[in-house]
Amino acid sequence: MSTVSAPARPRAIAWRLASVAEVRAETVTTRTLVLDVPGWPGHRAGQHVDVRLTAEDGYQAQRSYSIASAPETPRLALTVERLEDGEVSPYLTDVLRPGDRLELRGPIGGYFVWDVTLGGPLLLVAGGSGIVPLMAMLRHRAAVLQHADARARHEVPARLLYSARRWDDVIYREELARLAEGDETLEVALTLTREAPRGWTGFRRRIDKMMLAEVAWPPAERPRAFVCGPTPLVEAVAAALVELGHDPARVKTERFGPTGGSA
Amino acid sequence: MSDQPFISRGFHGRRRPRATAERLPPGQYETPDFPVLSAGPTPHTPLELWDFTVRGPGGAEARWTWDEFAALPHETVTTDIHCVTKWSKLDTVWEGVSIDMLLAEAAARGVAEAPFVLAVSDGGYTTNLPLADVTGGKAWVAVTYDGAPLAPEHGGPARLLVPHLYFWKSAKWVREIRLMERDEAGFWESLGYHNYGDPWREQRYAGDP
Repeated sequence: MSTVSAPARPRAIAWRLASVAEVRAETVTTRTLVLDVPGWPGHRAGQHVDVRLTAEDGYQAQRSYSIASAPETPRLALTVERLEDGEVSPYLTDVLRPGDRLELRGPIGGYFVWDVTLGGPLLLVAGGSGIVPLMAMLRHRAAVLQHADARARHEVPARLLYSARRWDDVIYREELARLAEGDETLEVALTLTREAPRGWTGFRRRIDKMMLAEVAWPPAERPRAFVCGPTPLVEAVAAALVELGHDPARVKTERFGPTGGSA
Repeated sequence: MSDQPFISRGFHGRRRPRATAERLPPGQYETPDFPVLSAGPTPHTPLELWDFTVRGPGGAEARWTWDEFAALPHETVTTDIHCVTKWSKLDTVWEGVSIDMLLAEAAARGVAEAPFVLAVSDGGYTTNLPLADVTGGKAWVAVTYDGAPLAPEHGGPARLLVPHLYFWKSAKWVREIRLMERDEAGFWESLGYHNYGDPWREQRYAGDP
């Protein structure tokens, strides 16, 4: 019998009772829950939490939601998209209100994470509500660099390519514009796949290789890519980045879908 | 921290028929879809370059080309699968070669057994399991799903199938079973996920019971 080298068991990630401080409408179908979480141990941008709902008879349902807030922010924010036939998301977006409490545990996930110390260039590609963990990265980046000089910003330049159906489906639209406005090292490109407002000059199609070649840094710059969205978008973007010559090991993916982890 | 579950005001939930509910481990819900989860780009290894290796702790190995692998006896497996991201899918149908068969073939070629295995995939993904969890008719290298060749995004051409553990243990794009004298944490197991991953004990993350 040989020895088992498994390390001593770490402490379990505890369930915590968060209080809803604020519910913010982002788009018609998405809400941001701003939470006070007693004892929250902190997180890294890109991580998620598990949420657990319990009915009066003890029936429980769990789902995972990405953290939208920067680690630097005292309150935890989750942005939730309401899925029409969802079991959990309609409760979070339509029923929950300030003062309510919500059970969650986290932070979870140690791979799809980024912080400024990892360096750049930072290439973010989002589809729909896949923007949420990437927004945590941009907020974290902004929080760290807000008092930094231009040189520090230029060491971690960031580009976001974000695909949404319509202008009104763009989550965090104003904040993204504001972040890009005040930072010459952040570029935000939107593509609207269904419908665009009059006079729209941005992209009007699904993300493809040509668009990525236009928006992304060349492979020689070795950007760190984070791709999050529905499976077809993630598959297409990750494959295109590899075809363009990016190192697969620097392309990290996370998928959202009706049942892929955010339902 | 909370010991007793907190009742969520106004939450009713969606009850499953008992026959379904009994097959769902704690915290899981049934999905009719087959969601895709992976940490990076999908590898595409051409079949003429694909091979499968069982490597022993001493370095001895047994190797099969795609055609040789295809010639091994296959089994059809109908099973429920449970992803740590909370979805479960019932009655999935797979076809593949049992690990028992591969280990027996490897043993005949001088590959010694060891108490742990590390599954190694294209793209660098790894996952660790006790040998006892991949033997005795509990694990396969699957090459078809629902009667068709396994799609690349679902792990094709071949993935590990260990349905009694959370599905991250069923490594996609698997190319090698490495027999190990010592347990060595795989990819997710090094990143905060549970070392064993029994869905019925809800062993999602490191530290879970």
